[in-house]
Amino acid sequence: MRETVSLPALTARSFLIGAVAGLAVWSVVAAQAANIIQIRMEKVAFAPAEVSAHVGDTLEWVNGDFVAHTATARNKDFNLNVLPNKTGRLVLTKAGTFDYFCRYHPQMTGRITVTP
Amino acid sequence: MLKLWSGACAAALLASIVVFVPNANAQNAKLNDAQIAHIAYTAGVIDVKAGKLALKKSKNKEVRAFAQNMVDDHTAVNDKALALLKKLKVTPQDNDTSKALAKQAAAETATLSKLKGAAFDRAYAKNEVAFHKTVNGALQSTLIPSASNAELKALLETGLKLFEGHQQHAEHVSADLK
Repeated sequence: MRETVSLPALTARSFLIGAVAGLAVWSVVAAQAANIIQIRMEKVAFAPAEVSAHVGDTLEWVNGDFVAHTATARNKDFNLNVLPNKTGRLVLTKAGTFDYFCRYHPQMTGRITVTP
Repeated sequence: MLKLWSGACAAALLASIVVFVPNANAQNAKLNDAQIAHIAYTAGVIDVKAGKLALKKSKNKEVRAFAQNMVDDHTAVNDKALALLKKLKVTPQDNDTSKALAKQAAAETATLSKLKGAAFDRAYAKNEVAFHKTVNGALQSTLIPSASNAELKALLETGLKLFEGHQQHAEHVSADLK
């Protein structure tokens, strides 16, 4: 059960339940934990270009290029400017499919599919 | 009436760059890396200057954001180019193409300088579309294929990707101004 230590949300009570119920509870806890999903901005492209995530997850764009890029939603829901060798984060608050692009280099396109 | 980089001027400029293509295999006519670097660097300097002029003259938010990005991106690419040339111990060589580019740019700057407001914005955006189209064409057809050094070739290829983005961005800005 060493891995449960790394989950701050896990209470003593859920630890106990987890200990009793075993892997079934572990998977429930894991599913509820928010993830950080990385997307690289490299060679003037998003990689991976398509990601799936859940509400509550955080997207982290890591710019490996030597120029700034943006992650700009087509529906204007978000607009992050990410400087060279920096990261930009976005917490996903609603479900849906979001197409986005880089305003400076519009051939860079990506899609985020967010489920509840 | 302002055709700027488009029309005859751009065609003449493009011709001065692609004139090397038919002679690409001839020992004396082929561009060397020092000349290629100088042409690419000169194109970058021209666009940084144009961007700075736009930042000085334009009040349009979209035009200003585009211009600032041109200054930032082309400065970043040119810094990379200078660092690479230093590493390779290559001194950029002035040549007919970079001279033609610089001369043409000076004329365009003079024309743009006389314009104001929306007329400036439209002319600048149109100019940027045509300029990037010309430079991208030259990179694709001549400069990248002629580059001998792998690192220079890779930098030019990255530059081409960035500048293709600039061309699309400029097309959006230009379309929004109409």
